[in-house]
Amino acid sequence: MVTMFDSYQSNTLHYDPEKCINCGMCSTVCPHAVFAPGDKVAKLVDPISCMECGACQMNCPTGAITVESGVGCAYAMFYAAITGKEEPTCDTGGDPCC
Amino acid sequence: MSGTIFTFTKPKIRSTTSQLTLSERVDHFLARWGINRSGHRVEPGLYALGSPIPESPVFVTANYTLSFDALRSSIPGIDCYILVLDTKGVNVWCAAGKGTFGTGELVNRISITGLAGIVSHHVLILPQLGATGVSAHEVKKRSGFRVEYGPVRASDLPEYMKTRSATPGMRRVHFTLVERIVLFPVELAKVLPYLVIISAVLYLASGPLAAAGAAAAVLAGIVLFPILLPYLPTKDFSSKGFILGGLTALPFVLAAYQYGIDDAMWLHLVRGLAPILVMPPVTAFISLNFTGSTTFTSVTGVRREIFIYAPVMAWMFALGIVLLVILTILRLTGW
Repeated sequence: MVTMFDSYQSNTLHYDPEKCINCGMCSTVCPHAVFAPGDKVAKLVDPISCMECGACQMNCPTGAITVESGVGCAYAMFYAAITGKEEPTCDTGGDPCC
Repeated sequence: MSGTIFTFTKPKIRSTTSQLTLSERVDHFLARWGINRSGHRVEPGLYALGSPIPESPVFVTANYTLSFDALRSSIPGIDCYILVLDTKGVNVWCAAGKGTFGTGELVNRISITGLAGIVSHHVLILPQLGATGVSAHEVKKRSGFRVEYGPVRASDLPEYMKTRSATPGMRRVHFTLVERIVLFPVELAKVLPYLVIISAVLYLASGPLAAAGAAAAVLAGIVLFPILLPYLPTKDFSSKGFILGGLTALPFVLAAYQYGIDDAMWLHLVRGLAPILVMPPVTAFISLNFTGSTTFTSVTGVRREIFIYAPVMAWMFALGIVLLVILTILRLTGW
């Protein structure tokens, strides 16, 4: 029952502590406290809460974190699912969506 | 693009205040309703709030009026500079996701405004949610400015500025009732014209019950869903939407079933079946789309949801429409 109606039990967040220099940026920028400061390296404490915004990857100076981030616009994904075309990113050509 | 840009004219610094005028509040209201959607813009560039000196802090924001105004109205009495990036009238987080509130625009805006010659320090305070588009170490490398991520919400800035550090609470996004409620007017304004047409067509083809059913299914998704989000069971937005849509459809099922007392039993059943097939997928579809407005759903999860629920939505809806068409034909042919 728990897994049946929960599509959010895994995501694309990947953390390689080997590369971490403990700068603390990931725990600073994460809006869901997925990372926490550690003694020697950052700790991945709540990976399930990751919304794949990409802020940690963007601000990790050593590339220790990777995540496939996206806008998450369901309309765009529906469109892609129906037409078989590539998912468009939000078209900012004058009309901001989301 | 390389090299230094030489400017011989003094860069323009506009002045601003922490007060919001009535016309600015009207602008906010219109923006919430999606009226002139991309027109709520501030001129990008450097602004002075109060009487800043070279040691004063520099805050960075987007050129969406709601973003700029949230910032300046949150920091009354703080003499500072505000660097407004050109995000095409989009708020910080969304613009960061698209990259317009990004490293390139920030570095470019620092250079255009001649910021290095105006302030004595090389520190920029960015909203935390801008981090999705900005790479702090890249900015440092390309402009010499150090990016400091402030709190998520501008309203926490006065507290933040006392210690220049954020509490864990300041670093978390939430999605409170008020934050959810302010989102539905823009969606409502978007669908209302279509809803009126569809309801009119259904009224003519099938009667007032069908017209009301369409309105109920859509409004449940747009207005009730955001309000009830945390209280609806299951984690997926689609299943939450199906539950809400099912509950909304119940009175319509009962009313449709009871219609025409002397009719055959199978006709009662078909009439009762139509709303429970048509309405829930409509509500569920709108609910699923609400993931794009939330502060926590991942793309991976939303994609998985679409893969699982889109066929169910499509089949239920199509079957229900077929029943509605059959019922309409029966009615028109005198059954």
